[in-house]
Amino acid sequence: MQELQYPFDSRYIIKKKKAIKRQLLEQGGSFLDKRIAVLGGSTTHDVCAIMELFLLDQGIRPEFYECEYAQYWEDVMFDNPELVAFKPDIIYIHTSNRNIRQYPQLSMSGAEVDALLEADYDHFLKLWGKIENTYHCAVIQNNFEHPFYRLLGNADATDIHGRVSYINRLNEKFAAYAREHKDFFIQDINYLSAAYGLDKWSDPLYWHMYKYALSMEAIPTLAHNISNIIKSIYGKNKKALALDLDNTLWGGIVGDDGVENLEIGPETSMGQVYSEFQGYVKQLKDIGVILNVCSKNEEENAIAGLNHPDGVLKPDDFIMIKANWDPKSKNLADTASELNLLPESFVFVDDNPAEREIVRTQLNVVSPEIGSVEDYIRVIDHSGFFEVTNLSADDAKRNEMYKENAKRAQLEASFDNYGDYLVSLEMKGTIRGFEPIYMERIAQLSNKSNQFNLTTRRYTRAEIEEIAGSDEYIDIYGKLEDKFGDNGVVSVVIGHKNGDVLDMDLWIMSCRVLKRDMEFAMMDGLVHKAQEAGIKTIRGYYYPTPKNKMVMDFYGLMGFTLINEDDQGNRTWEFKVTDSYEDQNRYIAVNA
Amino acid sequence: MNREEIYERLNEVFREVFDRDDITVSDETTAADVEGWDSLIHITLMDAVEEEFDIRFDMKTVVKLKNVGELVNAIERSI
Repeated sequence: MQELQYPFDSRYIIKKKKAIKRQLLEQGGSFLDKRIAVLGGSTTHDVCAIMELFLLDQGIRPEFYECEYAQYWEDVMFDNPELVAFKPDIIYIHTSNRNIRQYPQLSMSGAEVDALLEADYDHFLKLWGKIENTYHCAVIQNNFEHPFYRLLGNADATDIHGRVSYINRLNEKFAAYAREHKDFFIQDINYLSAAYGLDKWSDPLYWHMYKYALSMEAIPTLAHNISNIIKSIYGKNKKALALDLDNTLWGGIVGDDGVENLEIGPETSMGQVYSEFQGYVKQLKDIGVILNVCSKNEEENAIAGLNHPDGVLKPDDFIMIKANWDPKSKNLADTASELNLLPESFVFVDDNPAEREIVRTQLNVVSPEIGSVEDYIRVIDHSGFFEVTNLSADDAKRNEMYKENAKRAQLEASFDNYGDYLVSLEMKGTIRGFEPIYMERIAQLSNKSNQFNLTTRRYTRAEIEEIAGSDEYIDIYGKLEDKFGDNGVVSVVIGHKNGDVLDMDLWIMSCRVLKRDMEFAMMDGLVHKAQEAGIKTIRGYYYPTPKNKMVMDFYGLMGFTLINEDDQGNRTWEFKVTDSYEDQNRYIAVNA
Repeated sequence: MNREEIYERLNEVFREVFDRDDITVSDETTAADVEGWDSLIHITLMDAVEEEFDIRFDMKTVVKLKNVGELVNAIERSI
């Protein structure tokens, strides 16, 4: 919903929240259901109400548990039965500097201040430890915003007795804990409140009147931000950018003005601001965002513009360059299908409001109101499309992988026989039970895969680790390499044992390795494991979603028999495990 | 702006906040008279009123409000 896209009108959202919620639910679509416990050190009612709007807009339907006023610590430490029964998927600890129990007194020695800091930190450490042991769920913890006044003036930041100094030290300890703990995330309200304006954020009226730790008008900013962390945890980040060129990546129109007259580079102020934006886009590539061009231009001119000597981005930085006179909605849809991505994984960036509107309405693709060129970075950044919660090695390499895929497509075109092409790829696979170094990637894949996903079950890293350590499951990951590069972990299969029956919980594969025989190699791996475990029957399930039609007959292709289909389209398949099973994969050398 | 004009805009704010078209408030209306007007939605309501009339209530004003008539008095004083 455009009203919920940054930069949004907070007061409009607050006033219309009931109507907005109604509209979001009426729009329908499929939602991911999540239970979120909000444990606050202040009032949390509107934090939940507005967070719900942003989450619904991101495709997540939350059910909330709210602790009694300011009982965030007691609820966890004393096992509130209601909270235990709620079984949260996420615990959000919404505390603020109003919840710091003691601040340094001017009379204290350095050692006394240190001891106080340890005690304040320990209060939270106990809380997090208890959650980790009891709930095994993801935790999002606010750090602390700066105080709204400074007794020592500027020295408040340097003197150990200053509250600014004290909060900075506490925040650093929180950050250090987050670095050491998976599934623990800091919501940096220290940054958020500064960007918002601390005086407006911590308006004391809201604390004294209503016991809100921040002003009502700041709540949408907080709620939008937390929804970005949550959607990122569940793999709903955007994956790619489709960028316009003229007046978006450089000033001027390359076809009319000529490359030499474009505004890019250090010579002019306008050139500098476009350079800074190109630099930002290049940084996005480093965190795994796939860059593409979508421009109305002659291709020759587009490439010439991208080869401008002062440009930061070069043609090589992009996976798909669509520069022609077709509608942008068509070009974007083509790019998405060629990359095996859904259009909704894209963010479309264009200086022309009419193009933005067309792409939004035709493809339901997000296209922010990016403002003037000096606003581009802030708008894209604060939108949180690419919020990082788990940066894996794969993210950094993603553009490279898509580039390799483009080369494979070229090679494929040069063979008449698809089998000859597969042979020429010289593929090597690794198919094994879950191993510690891949836990992160396995969880990530389970949250990102929508199309090649039979059950659309999502797993946290903690759950993956639990499965790996248990005898009740057969769990397999598959990794694929070929002569162009390493695709990394691309497929995951999980089944749980039920006597001599194996019930399949999950079968997923990354679409970038479709039609490479990898699904057969995984099937072979699964059957071998099943044979070893004395399994006689494998039961596969297909649960339809709007996105996974491509695998509705998958189990049939693997040799399963369809035994049931209900009126919702849910299918159950069976496969008899015998000793005479013959491997189906013909092109991948597995565990060689 | 006279009281009548204030009421016209105020009623619109109530309808938006409660997402119901059938609300009409008057001097004597209190929270008890409007279904769902609890202390939590009250905060939203105050924020929406401030936005509608481009005013800012101070705490002393907010804590004293007893009914819609007093709210309209406060709006009159602030604009």
